[in-house]
Amino acid sequence: MDFAVELRNVTKRFGKVTANNGVSFSVRRGEILSLLGENGSGKTTLMNMLSGIYYPDEGQILVGGKEVTISSPKDAFALGIGMIHQHFKLVDVFTAAENVVLGLDEKGKFDRKAISDKIRKICDAYGFELDPDQKVYNMSVSQKQTLEIIKVLYRGADILILDEPTAVLTPQETEKLFSVIKNMRDDGKSIIIITHKLHEVLSVSDRVAILRRGEYVDTVETSTATELMLTEMMVGKKVSLNIDRPDPVDPVERIRVEGLTCVNSDGIKILDNVSFTANGGEILGIAGISGCGQKELLEAIAGLQKVESGSVEYFMPGETESRQLIGKSPKQIRRLGVALSFVPEDRLGMGLVGSMGMTGNMMLKNYNEGFNFFLDNKHPKELAEEIREELEVITPSLNTPVRRLSGGNIQKVLVGREIASAPAVLMTAYAVRGLDINTSYTIYRLLNEQKKKGVAVIYVGEDLDVLLELSDKILVLCGGKVNGVVNGRDATKEQIGMMMTNLSSESEGGSDE
Amino acid sequence: MSNSTRIGREPLIRISKKDVAPWWQKAVVRVVALIAALVIDAIFIYLFTKMNPLDVFSTMFKGTFVFDYGTTFFINKLLRTLRDMATLLCIAIALAPAFKMKFWNIGAEGQVLMGGLATACVMQYFGDSLHTPALFMLMLTASIVAGAVWGFLPAFFNAKWKTNETLFTLMMNYIAIDAVACMTNIWRGDKSAMGTINQATQAGWFPNIFNQRFTLNLFIVAALMIIVFVYLRYSKQGYEISVVGESENTAKYAGINVKKVVIRTMIISGAICGICGFMTVAGKDQAISTATAGGYGFTAIIVAWMAKFNTFYMAIISFLIVFLEHGASEIANTYGGLNDYAASVITAVILFCLIGSEFFLNYSIKLRKGSKKEA
Repeated sequence: MDFAVELRNVTKRFGKVTANNGVSFSVRRGEILSLLGENGSGKTTLMNMLSGIYYPDEGQILVGGKEVTISSPKDAFALGIGMIHQHFKLVDVFTAAENVVLGLDEKGKFDRKAISDKIRKICDAYGFELDPDQKVYNMSVSQKQTLEIIKVLYRGADILILDEPTAVLTPQETEKLFSVIKNMRDDGKSIIIITHKLHEVLSVSDRVAILRRGEYVDTVETSTATELMLTEMMVGKKVSLNIDRPDPVDPVERIRVEGLTCVNSDGIKILDNVSFTANGGEILGIAGISGCGQKELLEAIAGLQKVESGSVEYFMPGETESRQLIGKSPKQIRRLGVALSFVPEDRLGMGLVGSMGMTGNMMLKNYNEGFNFFLDNKHPKELAEEIREELEVITPSLNTPVRRLSGGNIQKVLVGREIASAPAVLMTAYAVRGLDINTSYTIYRLLNEQKKKGVAVIYVGEDLDVLLELSDKILVLCGGKVNGVVNGRDATKEQIGMMMTNLSSESEGGSDE
Repeated sequence: MSNSTRIGREPLIRISKKDVAPWWQKAVVRVVALIAALVIDAIFIYLFTKMNPLDVFSTMFKGTFVFDYGTTFFINKLLRTLRDMATLLCIAIALAPAFKMKFWNIGAEGQVLMGGLATACVMQYFGDSLHTPALFMLMLTASIVAGAVWGFLPAFFNAKWKTNETLFTLMMNYIAIDAVACMTNIWRGDKSAMGTINQATQAGWFPNIFNQRFTLNLFIVAALMIIVFVYLRYSKQGYEISVVGESENTAKYAGINVKKVVIRTMIISGAICGICGFMTVAGKDQAISTATAGGYGFTAIIVAWMAKFNTFYMAIISFLIVFLEHGASEIANTYGGLNDYAASVITAVILFCLIGSEFFLNYSIKLRKGSKKEA
């Protein structure tokens, strides 16, 4: 068998943590291999060893049948291995072409035309669209990703590793990416895609290699695989694929947003006349391409974002009078008696204090209650203990800085705290981003529990399948405007995908991208 | 493996992050670092001066500990080290809240000077008219206010207009130095040097305890050490400082008024520096000059960092630094062949090794395994 890359018993440890334990698998020439695994299963670590960022503690790597030592990204390139990272490594003020040749140690003069020609040739060969002279800061996320891939191809890679390439793309962009990936495969290149989206695995790859908790499980032919089977191999035990969706319990109006407009530092309207209502006992999903105002919308309601105009009214359970939230700080909103919980997108940079343990983080929002000069450690500690038990947070101790926990455990701490404060409104931004399937389902379950309690849940999400299965209603944002609200029970994925990318005729003045 | 193509080899040395080291390992690493430093120093001394390194080290030791001159002398020498340690520690304690908030206050020198200047002013102008308790109260209050103002200004401008606190606090030092120079010029008049304040009446001088005026300083600093430790770790305001230092967004999310915390913390930081100035003038020098803070405002930054803002570790580190400093001047006084600079090299090597040893606590180093595959 003609293997492009073969790993034999590769092991990598970080301190006490074993990221990869005796992993062996291989990639053929001209195939797309999906590397599937939950978060923390060691996918990225393994690929980083192929691309020369880490060096394995044990085991061998064979490229083209020969044993090799990859001790730096340069070695990896020399072997034709190129990795496209989840977070792009581009220089913003450079053009595409400049970024492509950056770091190449070529003799001779800097020939822009030759470089551009070579880039265009690569584009034509595989169906990429890229302007070599465009500056990176003018590029969309998907253009930046294209550039990263071309950068790797320019260096002559025939083994490409893509780390969660679709995480930042819209469904349409994903389609496009998959078609160029298939073109590259047909050209004889080997492609490894790291992902945990099952439907993508099934639609794009030839074979799937599965990792679980740092260990290699198996490789299967995609043609014989099913979602259920892959999930079972991935998580090691049966997980129901259906997200529960209880019927709303007598929905009452809880939050009414009217004409909300926010302007960013460049003077661009990031939210444009947004109006909607969120009911208690319902989950309102918010869909949209990332950066369409979701973050600003939630932060405006939470009192963290400066608002140009508009109003956000809150209806206290059991009261008819509303309370205005705009123009108030988070503290004032809390003093108003508004039980508002917010799970922000940036977990460690906004929702939690990374250097503190669970206990310290439990008191973040209510440490200041009472007149005592000193902190009350007792209650936060009890709460931390409770959350650790109930949500199965894995942490060496309640005082271990939460920054050192895994992504899923960090999110459990944050969501646990926000739910523990018995909210009437619960807003979550990308609550399951980067989480493994088990933790994601735990989060869905928690949100549904809140919904059943009559809480108005606002769920900003990126995975349309999840939004469609979880939400009662889905509000679609497009370029800072509301492009319609659909019923979660009968909307289709294509319908929402279209609404995300094309402003409907009634939302006047829209630009279609 | 004859057909193995080696694209580069396994690197000779690889560095990887380690788990938190147990306490005994920390102790061992530090002791080894100290021994290594002494060995390097010994080689340095022998190579350049041909003196016996052990003699030089014991002289260094005598900068702080003297056993053969009788008890009084011993106590005096030790007290003198403790006195300087107290000054250094006091400033480091003052910096701890600001640094924990990631507000880089490098204006301690100026804040101390302003505290000292305020104290000197009160001694100069009210020394004869006020009763002792009232005089001390006024001196203390004035020094706290002066230091706090010097801390408040950069914090206010930072909170209001996002000015850079590092540059602002640094420049405030020079204003303080010139303010002191100006006042001392006024006071000394035609004399060639500024003398001791209230030489005759001793008004505003700390009382003699153990035959030393500065003994009171030690107690004040010890108290501050405990107070600031408790403040940072157990108070709500200390919690706010930690949150703001970690992430301003998190602080806003939690409903913390970031500007208020920044200003309040810098007032505290400046005020403690002011107290340090008060102690230096009333307890140590009984005089004021541009050298009153003696550069400790900057040395304290290293102390605060090395101690990771724990005030008790700060005590140990400031003692070490002052011990080395006194040892170095003792060497310079004793040997003609080793001047101040050579003595500084000796202390520098020790500090270098101690700080550098931190690396071995955070990372482990692996050597390439035997090259058996070659042949």
